[in-house]
Amino acid sequence: MKPLKRLVENVEPHFAEGGKWRKYWPLFDGFATFLFTPGHPTHKGAHIRDGIDLKRTMSMVILAMVPALLLGMYNVGYQHFLAIGEQAAFLDIFLYGMWKVLPLVIVSYGVGLGVEFVFCIIKGHQINEGFLVSGMLIPLVCPPDLPLWMLTVAVIFAVVIGKEVFGGTGMNILNVALTARAFLFFAYPADLSGDKVWISGVGDKVVNGYTGETALAQFAKTGGEVAGMGGQSFASQADFLWAGFIGLIPGSVGETSTLAILIGAAILIFTGIGSWRIMASVALGGLAMGYLLNGFSGSFPDNGYLAIPPYYHLIFGGFAFGAVFMATDPVTASQTPSGKYIYGFLIGVLAVIIRVLNPAYPEGMMLAILFMNVMAPLIDHFVVQGNINRRLKRVKLATHG
Amino acid sequence: MSTESIAIEKERKPLFTSKDRKLITDPLNDDNPITVQVLGICSALAVTVQVKPALFMCFGVIFVVAMGNFVISLIRNFIPSRVRIIVQLVVVAALVTVVDQALKAYAYDVSKELSVFVGLIITNCIVMGRLEAFALANKPGPSVLDGIGNGLGYSLILVAVAVVRELLGSGSILGFPILGQWALDLGYKHNGFFVLPPMALIMVGIIIWIQRSKNQKLIEAN
Repeated sequence: MKPLKRLVENVEPHFAEGGKWRKYWPLFDGFATFLFTPGHPTHKGAHIRDGIDLKRTMSMVILAMVPALLLGMYNVGYQHFLAIGEQAAFLDIFLYGMWKVLPLVIVSYGVGLGVEFVFCIIKGHQINEGFLVSGMLIPLVCPPDLPLWMLTVAVIFAVVIGKEVFGGTGMNILNVALTARAFLFFAYPADLSGDKVWISGVGDKVVNGYTGETALAQFAKTGGEVAGMGGQSFASQADFLWAGFIGLIPGSVGETSTLAILIGAAILIFTGIGSWRIMASVALGGLAMGYLLNGFSGSFPDNGYLAIPPYYHLIFGGFAFGAVFMATDPVTASQTPSGKYIYGFLIGVLAVIIRVLNPAYPEGMMLAILFMNVMAPLIDHFVVQGNINRRLKRVKLATHG
Repeated sequence: MSTESIAIEKERKPLFTSKDRKLITDPLNDDNPITVQVLGICSALAVTVQVKPALFMCFGVIFVVAMGNFVISLIRNFIPSRVRIIVQLVVVAALVTVVDQALKAYAYDVSKELSVFVGLIITNCIVMGRLEAFALANKPGPSVLDGIGNGLGYSLILVAVAVVRELLGSGSILGFPILGQWALDLGYKHNGFFVLPPMALIMVGIIIWIQRSKNQKLIEAN
């Protein structure tokens, strides 16, 4: 670290006030504080500044996403070789997946940070590292074969329209990664849904009995009984559930493995970065609505979704991923503790409603979180107002009684 | 909404004074009905999927605002102010019906595409806004110019949004394929989001963003 630190200190004068690259100070500052904890003291009074600033917070979230990313990479390769009916060694499987997923990650980061840097230099702001997390989330919610230019367009749209127009990191109303995902879903529906996109590089050479649909798409027809997905068939329903839980089923890169997401959730909760209130209430909301709708399954036999056991909702599709990594976004979620329960619960409820009652939108989780992002300030407003009213009443009681 | 009323001098003046010119040019930029006054947004979202219907819509609105302004300005001294809204509505409704019937007679397919939005010109805030803010207080000549100016300001934004939406949403402009088969062969895909109304709202927002960053008069003091 020594030579690195010396390098940073050596070039600093060029970027500082009066230096020849003054214009690019945000760029320098961004990199320097990424490498070393900044030594900014507080200006008034004695406050202890915690070393865990925004950058280090973001790094913990990235760390929490690593299990999902690695399992996602493995799963991309696994699904590919199953679908074309070839045996492959563990390393081949993983390398194939990495070869597919890494370009998505690189493009997402490159484009997103590029847009961010341009805006910071124009406005003379400090570079904020909000995109460190969004840049990783975006590839994780995309199908593995997504064309890179589409990803580029979506990332530019999400960063500019979703974030920069509202004033940059911390000011956005909608979750940036989900804005990119929603943009892709509505702009290029053929590449983001259906049964062709979830398994990488298959073309026409597929095995017998191949079906490329995701679990959610099959539920609508079969009511939870899934005999096979992609190139694999399941001997029993328990096998299918297990595959869904550890994540060896077709889907977006990072959302298939509930196990990896739970590991990420543990990291987030342990470090105090992700809100357990939101995660728990999202799950609770999903289950509650699932049981409610499940009760109607006898009346509407056409909709297979009604018949699936409610806990399936938590395992399949983007539900778990959204609950842990998207709904807990500290910028767009409710800020008050009791607001977080309401916010999370309604996300779970809405996600299940959209999935079950409109099977054309298996992306119920995405739409539910975006909708509740918009509602979060309203929830907070009523929570704060409620608190004020309660206290006022107490004051009145005290003075009159 | 701008409520300037222009005092007209009594003496003879040239055909187009600089004030008259401003009546036309102001609504194009500094006082644009869509991006500055933020009126008539609904139709801007609804008819801008393609350029052709947007153009017809523009002609319709220019005609209705200009003629409405003219008629109201002519009879402005006879309208009791308590019933002026109803009088304005009658005049506008009559003009819109003329536009609607003309479209049905000579451009039936466009008329079908525009459907209810021709009729809704009646409720377009730009029309009522100009009648209230300008025609009721000014002579017929300037009123017509003001109507044409505001109609053009509206059209400018509508056509700009429609060009982008048709080009990126369906790869053509006025039906001519620009990003045609050759682009699709290269792996390009039309962006379905541009066909949906939210994208029109975002486009109008982007235009407002660009305009406010360029036009010094519109930058609000902090």
